[in-house]
Amino acid sequence: MEAFTTFTSHGIPVDIVNCDTDQIIPARFLRRKKTDADYPKFLFHDLRFDADGSEKPDFIYNKAPYRDGGIIVADLNWGCGSSRENAVYVLVANGIRAVIAPSFGDIHYNNCTKQGVLPVRLERKDCDTLRRQLHDEPGAEIAFDLEAQTVTGPDGAVYAFEIGAFDKEKLLQGLDDISLTEQYDSEFEAFEAKHQADHDWLY
Amino acid sequence: MAGQTLFEKIWDKHVVVARDDGQTLLYIDRHLCHDGSINGFGQLRAAGRKVRRPRQTFATPDHYTPTHTSDLSTIEDPLAHEIATAIDKNCEEFGVTLFPWGDERQGIAHVVGPEQGITLPGITLVCGDSHTSTHGALGCISFGIGASEVAHVMATQAIWQRKPKTMRINIEGTLGFGITGKDVIIAIIREISAAGGTGHAIEYAGSAIREMSMEGRMTICNMTIEAGSRTGMVAPDDKTIEYVAGRPFAPEGEKWDQAVAYWRSLPSDDDATFDKDVTLDGGAIEPMVTWGNSPENAVGVGETLPDPAGEADKDKRAAMEAAYDYMDLKPGMPVTDITVDKVFIGACTNARIEDIRAAAEVAKGRKAVVQTLIVPGSGLVKKQAEAEGLDKIFIDAGMEWRLPGCSMCVGVNGDDLRPGERSASTSNRNFRGRQGPGSRTHLVSPAMAAAAAVTGRFTDVREMKQGN
Repeated sequence: MEAFTTFTSHGIPVDIVNCDTDQIIPARFLRRKKTDADYPKFLFHDLRFDADGSEKPDFIYNKAPYRDGGIIVADLNWGCGSSRENAVYVLVANGIRAVIAPSFGDIHYNNCTKQGVLPVRLERKDCDTLRRQLHDEPGAEIAFDLEAQTVTGPDGAVYAFEIGAFDKEKLLQGLDDISLTEQYDSEFEAFEAKHQADHDWLY
Repeated sequence: MAGQTLFEKIWDKHVVVARDDGQTLLYIDRHLCHDGSINGFGQLRAAGRKVRRPRQTFATPDHYTPTHTSDLSTIEDPLAHEIATAIDKNCEEFGVTLFPWGDERQGIAHVVGPEQGITLPGITLVCGDSHTSTHGALGCISFGIGASEVAHVMATQAIWQRKPKTMRINIEGTLGFGITGKDVIIAIIREISAAGGTGHAIEYAGSAIREMSMEGRMTICNMTIEAGSRTGMVAPDDKTIEYVAGRPFAPEGEKWDQAVAYWRSLPSDDDATFDKDVTLDGGAIEPMVTWGNSPENAVGVGETLPDPAGEADKDKRAAMEAAYDYMDLKPGMPVTDITVDKVFIGACTNARIEDIRAAAEVAKGRKAVVQTLIVPGSGLVKKQAEAEGLDKIFIDAGMEWRLPGCSMCVGVNGDDLRPGERSASTSNRNFRGRQGPGSRTHLVSPAMAAAAAVTGRFTDVREMKQGN
């Protein structure tokens, strides 16, 4: 995956509580390949397009300059629901590299970290402030520094965020989990031998 | 030392590596795959890796298979056809045990796992599907994972996790007549919200859970993810052990005795503490119906739809207003005034034999007034139901008795609603478009769904059952 160190882009305010992964990418598109030229269009598809395929002009992601943004600022429980990793592929396909929300679906949060998308939990009031600023000033930029664990808002306000050291290290270096896990192979073999001895009924 | 919870006891037995930063490499005893795991197999192949422990890995097609015909060549979309069939060659190539299309053991992964004895108390189990929380009803740690994690588990038989916090939800008292696990879990989500369990592993406890059947417990654990938590569990007891005994992949003989001894040690200690503790009065729970686009938007069948003005949180209020618009409903409306266009009884939430029996009890001697799909969770559930003559009850009622699969829960296999259509559905998600673009889904129990099928509207099934 692509490493994540620093990133600056303009933000997209998504004012939807419990924005589930079916809204991020409807299930009927899960069969499509990431290489599909239409893939970027699947993001928020049914919120963005009418049944005849025309854009809904009021939806935030259809408006300039938000449609070119690289950062989503969301509300409570972003990415709840299905485990589909496609809900991250479709962010990446649109150049969206970071999501800020008061809370995330646990599976979606993990999926983000596997694909080089930075999930940032901030206080709900801070998310509300950022979304309001993005509405007030379309194209306003937000900056991330993962090493420093900071987000800088459009007004220069700096917010610190928490992220696990493991996820941080992987994102900073663009590492994939499997090669990292293989460094622990001797621990795995020792564990499994004992586990099997203790729980022979499992094997 | 303070006592340990059920979750902590199992977790501690599966820690391969505990890093100083709180990250744990957790050993995985069982990995379930389905047709949608194609991305995981693809990532594994691209990386030139093998499945590390194929004997601990099992698969069955469910999401993309049709329920009206056994002929997979009828899947018109070539990409959907590829997903529904690639599982055969993937399992052969990687040496994974497959319950293939047409085999009586095939079905929804979360029905098949417990049914085959793949799911056992005290183990860790993962699957590339968020409803993997279901399996915790047997007293194990189970959770849904994404495609990269699927590939990781295939390659390493382990997964990196941070230990979640723990939460206990006690359902005390005795459930009223006609109240099921489905009503209980929807009532819980209404109480704690769709994000109430985020970051926590939930243990369900209390007298109503102890009294509940294994099927009911599975329904509750299934929808744990709709409360934001990936892991729901119930302590193993006599009922659990009796359920597991004799299943094809369950241990036997001396190994069975060893296993039972371990399982008996698992229930949370009396002095164990949880990060959160919630108690609900089971006796106060009514048959539940969801009205909006989040499972937390729920009311009892005797209630009227809530007024958004009563919601203090402005963003939640906006979400309620948007849901009323999308669902074409109005605050203050009695639930029983809502009419439905289709009924779906099935899904990993409610496609086990007890669910099918509950629907048949209501359907018996009555006629469906709207299209009604009854989709058993596995070939074995189908066979059992047919042995009991339940298929005939449904067919006599004008309902459709289908082949096992995810069907109308997920909108990828041809079973769905047309835009604007409204369902009574025993599935687990009422999200916008979940059952097809423009679909309007109301979540209910199997008996409530059957009652809606024969009356065309939401009806308090307790009144119908008393009339039987």
